[in-house]
Amino acid sequence: MLNERHLGKVIVLVLLWLLILPWILDFAGSSYLISTAARIVIFAIAAISLDLLIGYTGLVSFGHAAFLGVGAYVVGILSFHAYEETTFLGLTGTLSGLVAIPLAVAMSALVALLIGALSLRTKGVYFIMITLSFGQMLFFLFVSLEPYGGDDGMMMFEGRNTLPLIDLNARFTFYYFCLACLVLFYGFCQLLTRSKFGRTLKAIRQNEARLSSIGIQPYTAKLLIFVIAGAGTGLAGALMANHTEFVSPSLTHWTKSGDLMIVVILGGTGTLLGPVLGTFAFLLLEEFLPVFFDMLGLDMMKEHWRFVFGPILILIVLYAKTGIYGMIFDKDAKDGGQDATDQKSL
Amino acid sequence: MRVGIGFDVTQLIIEQVLNGVQLGMFLFLVAAGLTLVFGFMDVINLAHGSLFMIGAYGMALFAGLTGSFFLGLLLSLPVVALCALLIEYLIIRPLYHRDHLDQVLATFGLILFINEGTTMLFGRTPLFLNVPDILSGTVAITDSFSYPLYRIMIILMGIMVALILWFIIVRTRTGMRIRAGTTNREIVESLGVNIQALNTAIFVVGALFAGFAGAMAGPLSSVEVGMGENLLILCFVCIVIGGIGSIRGALVGALAVGIFDTMGRAFLPDLLKQFMDNATASGIAAGLSSMSIYLLMILVLVFRPTGLFPVAKAG
Amino acid sequence: MKTMKNIFMACAFAAFASPAIAGGDALKIGMITTLSGPAGYLGADVRDGFMLAMIEEGGKLGGVDVEILVEDDGLKPENGRAIAERFLERDEVEIITGVIFSNIAPVVAPLTLRAGKFYISPNSGPSIFAGKGCHKNYFVASWQNDTLHESAGINAQSLGYKNAFIMAPNYQAGKDALTGFKRFFEGEIVDEVFTQLGQTDYAAEIAKIRAAKPEMVFQFLPGGMGINFMKQYDQAGLSDEIPLVLAAPSADINILRAVGSAMVGTANSAHWNHDLDNEANKAFVAGFLAEYDRLPTIYASQGYDTARLIASALRATGGKVVDDMDGFREALRAADFDAVRGPFSFNNNHHPIQNWYSRVVVEENGEFRNKTIGTIVEGHADSYASECKM
Repeated sequence: MLNERHLGKVIVLVLLWLLILPWILDFAGSSYLISTAARIVIFAIAAISLDLLIGYTGLVSFGHAAFLGVGAYVVGILSFHAYEETTFLGLTGTLSGLVAIPLAVAMSALVALLIGALSLRTKGVYFIMITLSFGQMLFFLFVSLEPYGGDDGMMMFEGRNTLPLIDLNARFTFYYFCLACLVLFYGFCQLLTRSKFGRTLKAIRQNEARLSSIGIQPYTAKLLIFVIAGAGTGLAGALMANHTEFVSPSLTHWTKSGDLMIVVILGGTGTLLGPVLGTFAFLLLEEFLPVFFDMLGLDMMKEHWRFVFGPILILIVLYAKTGIYGMIFDKDAKDGGQDATDQKSL
Repeated sequence: MRVGIGFDVTQLIIEQVLNGVQLGMFLFLVAAGLTLVFGFMDVINLAHGSLFMIGAYGMALFAGLTGSFFLGLLLSLPVVALCALLIEYLIIRPLYHRDHLDQVLATFGLILFINEGTTMLFGRTPLFLNVPDILSGTVAITDSFSYPLYRIMIILMGIMVALILWFIIVRTRTGMRIRAGTTNREIVESLGVNIQALNTAIFVVGALFAGFAGAMAGPLSSVEVGMGENLLILCFVCIVIGGIGSIRGALVGALAVGIFDTMGRAFLPDLLKQFMDNATASGIAAGLSSMSIYLLMILVLVFRPTGLFPVAKAG
Repeated sequence: MKTMKNIFMACAFAAFASPAIAGGDALKIGMITTLSGPAGYLGADVRDGFMLAMIEEGGKLGGVDVEILVEDDGLKPENGRAIAERFLERDEVEIITGVIFSNIAPVVAPLTLRAGKFYISPNSGPSIFAGKGCHKNYFVASWQNDTLHESAGINAQSLGYKNAFIMAPNYQAGKDALTGFKRFFEGEIVDEVFTQLGQTDYAAEIAKIRAAKPEMVFQFLPGGMGINFMKQYDQAGLSDEIPLVLAAPSADINILRAVGSAMVGTANSAHWNHDLDNEANKAFVAGFLAEYDRLPTIYASQGYDTARLIASALRATGGKVVDDMDGFREALRAADFDAVRGPFSFNNNHHPIQNWYSRVVVEENGEFRNKTIGTIVEGHADSYASECKM
């Protein structure tokens, strides 16, 4: 167990490992797995966003996967219209990443503004329920979009977005592009959480009532962080669409929101690095528990690895709340993990 | 829809309303347990839908073994009760004093475990059951229109459960303790009432209602893994609309959701077909009617942030 | 902490390195099919029919060693996509087959074709690949989706019905189904309803049928959807009042078995039945019964025919697929094998030209079967061939 002073060194180590990973995989003859690594990096961006809400501000948003969908569909719809050479409300489609990706982020921020404005009027379990409902509404909205595949989703026939100077269709390039996004977003979030704004958020999580009594209105702060988290996840969604070249409503299904929450808890809430590690652990488990069982000769468990994963999750929630981060670092009690005695529902 | 050759709109509407009420009763059977656990124990249990599924599978198993629908139904109940006891003891108890996030995640893990376990036992193919001969057939509502007897049974069951619950909660001492405990736990505890026993009892009874609903659902559609989750989210909507902790709220919420959803699925496509082609209309109608439930809930929460019949919490 | 990191990295290395182990010289075929959920038995039957052909040849097809990789798409396009990617990149398969549903095909087929491999469908035949979208490496060994239902339309027409209520799930094959029926049914369409894929409760739709009082109902609800609908239709008292005219997927053995006597007398149409009187079919049915202890469905027959089609092509090219694309393609086009359904040949768009038979549901010794009672049409081709430029 390390003191948190060493956080910087650990981050550098993780970053180095992420940088050389594609070369290792290529050397081992498993270059197809670089694709998997990219998916993990993308999901990590979404996980960090959610941690801003759950870990730092104490907002349990159960419909967060909605923003994955918004980001993905913006990219998908633009690609569709570019392929079909038709227009969408008067705008032509485009494959250009310089348009599609920022637009995806902007749309997600806008949707987050709308959802947040309404949801943040509620508290506790009602907030959880209302964010879940918005998530579900977006899911059914995407399902009803017949021209864009509806429940089946649609393929991006033209391939990934284009960017000047780099070709996203190349496996290595795409991975490094996603990694760059992750690093930049992580850096941004670090600055955010260490600032005065970040301290306001922590104060909101610990005791909102106290804040109002000294005259700070938490609503605006909560809305702002909700929008930022939504935008970050929208970015992840846009990258996800590019990665699979396929968008479907299942990105928005409530179980995906559940997955995001699992990943944040698994890694350690309120730590930013935790969710990154948690994403790796979760997706690696998902890919390799079956392989692991296969190697042990337990054929039946190969397909049914969730039978083992479910209890693991329960045990982590009950007994190892600080997650992977808590296993590496001695988390400072002052900084506080989830404080169970204060409020039932944050 | 072509209106013409002997098309009877009144009959259609009556039938769709009955369908809505039947769905509502189904939802109520499951939501009742959910709202009690949530209201009294302040625990969010995502795995409540799994108890619904266990009831269905238990019924399928025993009906298959004994060849009798009623025996299958009867024997599935102890199985559900046993599972509920285990779940309450192992998982729910440690969660009483945890925050809602932990409860959501732990019970989510429970869903994974139960679903996968069921798949391992029963495989991935859904099981199909038949309505017993006594309950099959139709009941004449008007001289030209009859409605399936089995669905009417479900409606009657729902009404019966509502009455039983009303009686227990309003007319008995236990009910009084439950009402008191929902409002203010500490005082009830300090009065010497065994809260733990009440907790377990409420959890098991709620589970039994859900399991019973699951067993009844089997012959109607099919028994498959994941049937609980689809219902679960709708049930959460019902109890939030109705007010967490309130049985009356659960009933009102469930009926509202059931009728809203059915009418939407029944009449929206036709409405939209006036403006667009068939396939697009169906797709959008399906999406809209699904969305409408959540819209309803959001509307209710905007005007009544704690639901229609909230149970006021003290302290 | 360092130890944990080390273990982590070591595990990652080990896990990453293992899949790279190459597997022998056998020709690899990837089968992406639906094995779970209410429609899981369709995929299971296709797989079993296909495997029967391999078992009969002692693990080979056309005298060539073949390794078949089977995976379940769970009726989700994104799963199909992920599996296809894995098959094409990690396992280097040369042929992809097995796709049952027409919402999976538009994702798996383009990926396969883009990778320069052959795609041979044992079931799904959506119209998008039959006309303008046809491709030289894309073959369908079962039927073009519409023709399945065109046969029902012809059947309904010849049975004398003047109007119909039609229904299908809202996805590509569902839309093709209703289009196909309407193309050859000349009566009036009282109402056209789309349901949700995977829907289990049809109370609302049944209410509509009752209210509309049509002469007949045509529905395309494969797998468990069909079972649920038929049971509820019977419970609502409509199976004695309003007859159904169906296409094969709505009346396969599993559906008959689950629904029971309510379906006796229902007219339906198919390109194959277990009682077809040709040598290949008699051997197939006997072999399937012996191997799997159950009667084959149309899906099993399609899986079997697909395997034997591939075998005939492999025999012609001496086992080469990717190494002799043109040769393999010509061999496939020739379709030089005895199909269990009778006369079989490919049209210019690589979709079958075949006969359609009318059947009726009967009860024999407590079992429910389809009995062939006549031929609806011979040598029927699909309606999109002229739009294909091949």
